[in-house]
Amino acid sequence: MTDFDPVELKRIRWHSRRGLLELDLVLERFLAQRFDSLSPAEMSAYKALLELPDNDFLDVVNGKTDLDDPSIMQIVEILRAI
Amino acid sequence: MGVPVRRFDAVIVGGGGAGLRAALQLSESGLKTAVLSKVFPTRSHTVAAQGGISASLGNVQEDRWEWHMYDTVKGSDWLGDQDAIEFMCRKAPEAVIELEHFGMPFDRLENGKIYQRPFGGHTQNNGQTPVQRACAAADRTGHAMLHTLYQRNVRANTQFFVEWMALDLIRDADGDVVGVTALEMETGEVFILHAKAVLFATGGAGRIYAASTNAFINTGDGLGMCVRAGIPLEDMEFWQFHPTGVAGAGVLITEGVRGEGGILLNSNGERFMERYAPNLKDLAPRDFVARSMEQEVLEGRGCGPNKDYVLLKLDHLGPDIIKQRLPGIREIAIKFAGVDPIKEPIPVIPTCHYMMGGIPTNYRGEVVIPQGDNPESRVNGFFAAGECACASVHGANRLGTNSLLDLVVFGKSAGDSMVEYIKNEMPTWKDLPADAADRSLARIARLDGQTNGEEVADVRTAMQRTVQARAAVFRNADNLSKGVTEIQQVAERVKRTQIKDKSKVFNTARVEALELENLIEVAVATLIAADARKESRGAHAHADFPNRDDEVWMKHSLYYGDERRLSYKPVHTKPLSVDYIPPKERTF
Ligand SMILES: Cc1cc2nc3c(=O)[nH]c(=O)nc-3n(C[C@H](O)[C@H](O)[C@H](O)COP(=O)(O)OP(=O)(O)OC[C@H]3O[C@@H](n4cnc5c(N)ncnc54)[C@H](O)[C@@H]3O)c2cc1C
Repeated sequence: MTDFDPVELKRIRWHSRRGLLELDLVLERFLAQRFDSLSPAEMSAYKALLELPDNDFLDVVNGKTDLDDPSIMQIVEILRAI
Repeated sequence: MGVPVRRFDAVIVGGGGAGLRAALQLSESGLKTAVLSKVFPTRSHTVAAQGGISASLGNVQEDRWEWHMYDTVKGSDWLGDQDAIEFMCRKAPEAVIELEHFGMPFDRLENGKIYQRPFGGHTQNNGQTPVQRACAAADRTGHAMLHTLYQRNVRANTQFFVEWMALDLIRDADGDVVGVTALEMETGEVFILHAKAVLFATGGAGRIYAASTNAFINTGDGLGMCVRAGIPLEDMEFWQFHPTGVAGAGVLITEGVRGEGGILLNSNGERFMERYAPNLKDLAPRDFVARSMEQEVLEGRGCGPNKDYVLLKLDHLGPDIIKQRLPGIREIAIKFAGVDPIKEPIPVIPTCHYMMGGIPTNYRGEVVIPQGDNPESRVNGFFAAGECACASVHGANRLGTNSLLDLVVFGKSAGDSMVEYIKNEMPTWKDLPADAADRSLARIARLDGQTNGEEVADVRTAMQRTVQARAAVFRNADNLSKGVTEIQQVAERVKRTQIKDKSKVFNTARVEALELENLIEVAVATLIAADARKESRGAHAHADFPNRDDEVWMKHSLYYGDERRLSYKPVHTKPLSVDYIPPKERTF
């Protein structure tokens, strides 16, 4: 996690608070179980995912749509399985 | 001191539908307007609204605002203020068409007009037959509304303060509101936002319950700030339970599902709503459906290993309708209930959904409190709109789709009142009191200095369990009075919460601790107000007092946090232009 300073990590955690309960429930589990062990590349991918509007994000997590970027899809797969 | 001060004509706390709609009125009239939000505005909880927004456009079937008004009054179980209800229902068509003109992508009929779907409690001819009144943008109505309003605000030069958390309301010696204190999360610094007028649009507080459809952000901050500033809260005993939350997760299955033909079944496979509500059946108002479901569970006809939920059946609609009209629902059911509704029914239970009570306002969006002989005297400079406010249009029970309507109608109305107030009465800023930031600084200092305290998450869980166990769908005297004692014990624990992380920058542990201080005020208000109301009305179903008692209880409660006491004020029985709708028994 050397590439991310602690403040940035906290910001990412806060950005995991969403407008939809569905996402809160999934991301809460993700933050508790996986967040601390993400590689810098995975963290960047997760950060990019958080930029999505809530409904699109949920569609991706629910498997309704996929994203083009394979590195982001790796994180998506973790979220889908959690 | 040395707390930095920033000045605006208007400060709006909350960037959801209500805050954005109000901000637009202010910015477009040329006033310098700041909107604060804990999260990026389009991630406000309004994004979750799927079902729609009601208006008597009559695009599918004949409809009139008077019928919408009747449904809303009846839905409110005669606790709603009829002037405010008339105001909202009359303005509804105009408000929806305005959103359409702003570019909101509503679903359409073949003739190009806005499509309207059926929804619980919407009827023609004062309760006679269901009517299609809900306008929607697929199942993303709230999302579409937020994006539309956000874009308009950007164009109108509204200034956004994103990831800023308002901490406390600033009132001067006259009791007038002159600003708020706020924490910039990025730096951890506290600021004073000095304003001629302040609007709260902070949304709901459904996280006081353990089973809730609300996202984690709904912590009732506006209500907590009011209680600390000596402003009472209205009708806090009334919480709507959505009949169809996914059992165990809370995630909501919209009423639109029943509108499209989904039905509720008990363990015998019986469509039990036919027994409780022969006319409206599964589309009866929410409180009624929720209680009918609980009744089935209590009488042993619940489903599952613990017989504690009922089933929502959709498969008879066919895969095409489910995929076309209700796409999100299928994914939700698969992910959070583990069932595909094309093949299997979804396990559901009544789940806390909406706060009918809140900051007392009139239909102009002005905050009004008792002073001297006047039960509704204006708090100068203070306005509220949306779920945090109590106008009161929802009374003891809100009709589905009336909340999004409330946001835009009263958001705009409050915005107009603020423009008028600022232009006519506030040529310049009132002075800030010398101690403007003291309360907020003391709260933060207490958290930073706390030793031997409890974890925020533990105390929050204790609060949620207490409220869930003592003040959910079925209430009785014994349970409620135990709840009053228990929740005040939890409130003592909130005073001693401790955080490990004492850093300044982006300290989310601190934010959550501050949010809990708001939640607990709402929880205590709820228990105390519910314990006192010795009748059953709308969402407040009291087993020991099963009937509505209009003689004694047709009145709004007002909860004061300083002494944890209640007072009451009359319900408005004079509509603006039409005749009073007198109380009747609610049957469906
Ligand atoms: C799952 C779900 C589905 C729903 N579906 C419908 C529907 O179909 N139709 C309908 O009419 N209603 C529906 N509702 C109800 C409706 O969505 C809400 O009542 C409404 O969106 C609330 O809007 P609001 O603007 O009052 O608050 P919100 O949208 O909750 O916004 C609150 C804002 O205040 C900000 N805020 C809060 N505290 C602070 C603070 N201390 N400092 C700074 N900012 C702060 C937040 O960041 C946010 O921007 C639904 C509710 C849920 C939970």
